[in-house]
Amino acid sequence: MTGRVVTITSGKGGVGKTTTTANLGVSLALQNLRVVVIDADIGLRNLDLVMGLENRIVYDMVDVVEGRCSLRQATVKHKDYPHLYLLPASQTRDKTAITPDNMRMICAELKEDNDFILIDSPAGIEWGFKNAIAPADESIIVTNPEVSSVRDADRIIGLIEAEEDPVRSWLIVNRVKANMVRRGEMLSVKDVVSLLAIKLLGVIPDDDVVVRSSNEGIAVTGKTREAFDAIARRLNGESVPVDTYENGGSFFGRFLKLFSN
Amino acid sequence: MVSIEFKGIRQGILVTLPDAGEWATIQADLAARIDSQKEFFRGANIVLQVGKRSVRRHELDSLITLLEKRNVVLTGVLSEAATTQGATRKLGLATDLDELEVVSHRPADVPETHAQQPTAAPAMNSEVQGADAVLIRRTLRSGNNIHHHGHVIVLGDVNAGAEIIAGGDIIVWGHLRGVVHAGANGGLDAVVCALNLEPTQLRIGSLISVSPAKRRRRPQPERAYIENGQIHAEAWKP
Repeated sequence: MTGRVVTITSGKGGVGKTTTTANLGVSLALQNLRVVVIDADIGLRNLDLVMGLENRIVYDMVDVVEGRCSLRQATVKHKDYPHLYLLPASQTRDKTAITPDNMRMICAELKEDNDFILIDSPAGIEWGFKNAIAPADESIIVTNPEVSSVRDADRIIGLIEAEEDPVRSWLIVNRVKANMVRRGEMLSVKDVVSLLAIKLLGVIPDDDVVVRSSNEGIAVTGKTREAFDAIARRLNGESVPVDTYENGGSFFGRFLKLFSN
Repeated sequence: MVSIEFKGIRQGILVTLPDAGEWATIQADLAARIDSQKEFFRGANIVLQVGKRSVRRHELDSLITLLEKRNVVLTGVLSEAATTQGATRKLGLATDLDELEVVSHRPADVPETHAQQPTAAPAMNSEVQGADAVLIRRTLRSGNNIHHHGHVIVLGDVNAGAEIIAGGDIIVWGHLRGVVHAGANGGLDAVVCALNLEPTQLRIGSLISVSPAKRRRRPQPERAYIENGQIHAEAWKP
C-alpha cells in the first residue's frame, strides 16, 4: 500500500485546520480507508483534544524521533473508528525537536500500511509549517471567507508553489454563513476561489455543532458531517458536486421553511 | 562622472567599477547613482566587480557604511587582485558568485537581465531600440516581490500583498490588486496597464494614488499614467 500524505495548512491561525483534520480523518475512516492523522504543532498540541484521545496518549512524535519508542507504539487508535489513528505531538518540547527529515522518515514508514496520512500544520510560515509541508504529496489550504485569512492563504500557496517540487494544493472554504453571503456581507466562495485560483475541494458551512463537538472530542454531525464526507470522497477521487452552502440548504429545504413560517 | 555599470544578476545587482580613478571619487559617484534611483536600490543586494584594482579593507569598510545608510547590502566583491580578495574574505564577504544565494525576491524563472547601457548616440538603424524587460508567466501572490530596472510584464494576476517595483512600465495581463511602482527611478512617462486595475496602491515616479473605494460592476482594461502632475486612469484600448 502506498498512502497519500496530505498536509492541512492555512497560514492564519484559528480558521479550522485542526477541526478539518480531525473530521476529514473520520470521514475517510468511515469509508474503510486506513488513516493516520499527525499533529505537527509541537508544543501546542490539540488535535488529540478535538478527537477525544487526550487520555490515551503514552508516547508522542518526539519520543519516536529520539528513539524512545517505535512508531507503532506512539500511534493511538481511535476509540470509535478502528481505521483511524493519531500520532500526537509533544506537549513539553518545542518545534525545533523535529526536522523536515524526521517528518519525511515518519511519513515514509506510515505510507506503507495506510491509505491517508493527514498532517495538521501549525499556523504561521516558520519552522513548524516547514516540518508539516516537507513530507506532503498534496496540501489542503483551509480558509474562511474573510479577507485576512484569504490573504494568508494566498501567501501560503505562494510559498508552496515556490518549493522546488511544488505539491498540488486544494482549497477548503470553512465557516460559510449563508445569510451573510446572501446579504453581500461576506466574501462568496466564488470570490475566494477566483482570487486564490486553486482547485476547490469543498465548502463547510458555519454551524454551532462544530464548537460543541470539538469541546466534547467527538466527530461533528448533521450538515457539517455531510460536508466532510463529500470532501473525503472528492479527495479519494470520486466526483461529487460541490455544495457551497450559500443558499441556506437545498431548494426543497427552503420550500419547507417557507411553509413552516 | 566615471563610468559605473549596473547589471541585474540572479544574486542581486552586479556593479562594475572602473579600473582607474581615486577610490573616494568612485565611492561618491556610486552613492550619487544610488541616490538618484533610491526606490530601485532599496533593500537590494549588490556585488562589486573591481577588476585588477587593489582595494584595502578600510576602503571596503567605508563603502559598506555608505551603502548601509542607503539600505543596500554588499554581499560580495569580485576581484583579480590578491589584496582585494584578502580584504573581502576578512569582512566575511563572497569572492565568487557561486558562493552567493540567488536573491529570493527575484523568482527563479526571471531571466538574467542585461546591463542598462548609457544610450550612446543612436546609430542610423531601422531597428527599434528595445528596453530591458522581464516577463513573469505566473500569478504573483501575497509576499512575492519583483524589482527590476526595466519594464515588468506579468501574465497572471498580481494579488494583494504582492509588490512590483519597476524602472519602466508595468503591464499585467490579469487582475492587479497589489502594490505597483512604475518609473521607480523617476520616469514620469511610465505607465501601468492591467486587464483589471484595482491596485492597493499605484505609484508612478514620485506620485502615489489609491484605487477608488467603489468597485466597478464591469471591470475593463485600464491604463494609468501621469498628466498635469496627477495620476490618471483611462480605458486601455489598442
